Amino acid sequence: MNVPTAYILVLAAVLFSIGVMGVLVRRNAIIVFMSIELMTNAGNLAFIAFAREFLSTAGQVFVFFTIAVAAAEVAVGLALVVAIFKSKHSIDIDQMSSLKG
Amino acid sequence: MHVVETAQAGGLFAYAPLIILFPLLGLLVNLLVGRRLGERFVGLVASGAVVLGFVVAVLQFLALRSAPEGARVVVADWIAIGSLSVPWALKIDSLSVTMMLMVTGVSTLIHIYAVGYMHEDVRFQGDPGRYTRFFIYFNLFVAAMMVLVTGDSFLTLFVGWEGVGLCSYLLIGFWYEKGAGGIGNALAGKKAFIVNRIGDFGFLIAMLLAFWAFGSLRFDEVFLRAEEMGPAAAGVVTAITLFLLVGATGKSAQLPLYVWLPDAMAGPTPVSALIHAATMVTAGIYMITRNHVLFELAPFSSNVVAWVGAATALFAATIAVGQYDIKKVLAYSTISQLGFMVAAVGLGAYVAGMFHLVTHAFFKALLFLSAGSVIQGVERGHHHAAQDHTAHGGPPFDPNDMRGMGGLAGRMRTTFTVYLIGAVALAGIPPLAGFFSKDEILAEASRQDPIVYWLLTAAAFLTAFYMGRQIWMVFFGRPRSSAAAAAVESPLVMTAPLAGLALLSVVGGALNLPGVHTLGHWLEHSLGVLEAGEFNPAVALLSVGLAGLAVALAWLLYGRTPLAEGRPDPLRRLLGPLFVGMENKWKVDELYDWLIVRRYVDLSRFLAETVDGRFWHDWFHDLLLARSFRRGTRWLSDGFDLPIVDGFFNGLARLTGRAAGGLRSLQTGYVRNYALALLAGAVVVLSLLLFG
Repeated sequence: MNVPTAYILVLAAVLFSIGVMGVLVRRNAIIVFMSIELMTNAGNLAFIAFAREFLSTAGQVFVFFTIAVAAAEVAVGLALVVAIFKSKHSIDIDQMSSLKG
Repeated sequence: MHVVETAQAGGLFAYAPLIILFPLLGLLVNLLVGRRLGERFVGLVASGAVVLGFVVAVLQFLALRSAPEGARVVVADWIAIGSLSVPWALKIDSLSVTMMLMVTGVSTLIHIYAVGYMHEDVRFQGDPGRYTRFFIYFNLFVAAMMVLVTGDSFLTLFVGWEGVGLCSYLLIGFWYEKGAGGIGNALAGKKAFIVNRIGDFGFLIAMLLAFWAFGSLRFDEVFLRAEEMGPAAAGVVTAITLFLLVGATGKSAQLPLYVWLPDAMAGPTPVSALIHAATMVTAGIYMITRNHVLFELAPFSSNVVAWVGAATALFAATIAVGQYDIKKVLAYSTISQLGFMVAAVGLGAYVAGMFHLVTHAFFKALLFLSAGSVIQGVERGHHHAAQDHTAHGGPPFDPNDMRGMGGLAGRMRTTFTVYLIGAVALAGIPPLAGFFSKDEILAEASRQDPIVYWLLTAAAFLTAFYMGRQIWMVFFGRPRSSAAAAAVESPLVMTAPLAGLALLSVVGGALNLPGVHTLGHWLEHSLGVLEAGEFNPAVALLSVGLAGLAVALAWLLYGRTPLAEGRPDPLRRLLGPLFVGMENKWKVDELYDWLIVRRYVDLSRFLAETVDGRFWHDWFHDLLLARSFRRGTRWLSDGFDLPIVDGFFNGLARLTGRAAGGLRSLQTGYVRNYALALLAGAVVVLSLLLFG
């Protein structure tokens, strides 16, 4: 069964938009974080789709890099969330507004 | 007169610069190590340096015997600016060598005397450490005097001229913390320096005039050009010579600038003998003789010179009659005798002037030195007497006062003998030196100018009188103080030079005997062929007769009935107010004080208080400048800086602040706001890429 590339791209766009919505709407830091992961993987999906379409391995290599970077980002991000929770006893990101002008 | 150009002076002439160098070396040695090596060494070095100078002078004399035209010894380039070129050159001719021999010879004897005199003087004055300083100044003086007499240009002569003036100042104020009111000696030194400055100023103007008119400062060139120009230069030559005369009246203590010399007696006695009797004060006469070519071209100036000299001779002699200080009598006598010399050179009798200069150096140095011996003898007596009777009441003791002396002939036999020789020589009694030299001047005056002649004759009469008065007051009668009664003769180191000078005073006349004219022929090489002064028996007889009369008169007043202790001078009764005038030096010092010093102080005070204080400081500076400046700055600060400059920048700052405040509210601090902005931005960029 051969899924057309356009379908996959639409799916990626939908996933990305859900991620964006999650970042913008939710206040829970963990959810925001998950939404960012969703956006990242939407991008990965698009890379894979184009790699299959053009029979090029470059897209797949990019995805490997993205996954590695995302793993590191998760480690840093979760550490930040833990640190914030320790000081504020909350993970509501609207509480983190001390840089207000 | 031809110019001798001997750049590379051969033979003995090449040694001439040593005559300046030796005293300088002596003073350097004493300056560097003298204090550590003790009095004996200091005296030896100083005297030795002058003896070596005398040896050089003798060498120059011998060199001149074989080459009488002399030489010009160029030592170094000195000043070379544009057309002005003054090398440091020594002029060696019979005139300068005569001065060299006289100065170094007399200096040698006085240095030896000073070794003994200063040994005691520094102890009487209570500061033995100053012994070295005295000989440093003394050697410096000899060096400066040598620069003066060897200079071959106005400028080199002037260096020596100022140098001897400086030494004179330093040595008059040698005991600067002593004297009337603890400052008298310093004031005397200052007076000598300032009065000399007036004369020096005249000399300076003469020098500049000579350069302006003749384009050179060298004597030979100036003379040559002045002679070439002849009558065309008469005016400027007269001006130059008159200004030279002003210089001479300062240095040689003539009317009206003589006032410093009597005060200069504040210096130690060897200083009075060397500087203020024998050598420095004759610099004016030497300088006029050196410039005889110019004076011959300006008969009017020569006449003025003669009149000034003759007037000074008589004027100073009258004052000498009324003095009580043994050294003041000799000081006024020196002024008077310098007047004789100046009158002689003014009459064109340069040889007679130089002759009297040399013989006067002998007998006046002798008189001063023996006066120093008398003073120290009395001072020693005073110390003896003070030990015997403690609790010494009455006025302060003055060892110079002749009223406190008397009867010293028995106690100081050697000093008395030489003093008598000096006095007889000065009084002009044959066959001593003073007779021949003075008579030559009188003979010349009688031939040329009767007024000058009679002034000088009267001065000669007074000379014999005041010397007689002094001899009888000091050496005869009964001692008028305990100090004089206990006076002690001076040591050999002082009396030996006195004997040498006494010998010179006796035989000095042989230098230029009438009819032989040794000195005259010798000086012809420098001065050109001069008419030999004729010996005039009538003049000689009259002057000797007057001298005898004066001595007799002095005996009548002071010898027959010696002055008793506390009694007024017998002349006071005889002459009345005239004697009071003599006693008070005709109040010339007071006149100058009232006429010049007081006016000058008034002017200074006016300038200081009114012109500088009230006008310049209070009005111009404080009122005009400071207040208007303050007003101007206040307007600038209040009216311009604060509202306009500050307003502009404050407004700018406020504007920036407000704008920033507006932008601040954009920064909400909510991460989701930033994310939204990011999204919006991405959308905008994407839509521009896709549809733009």
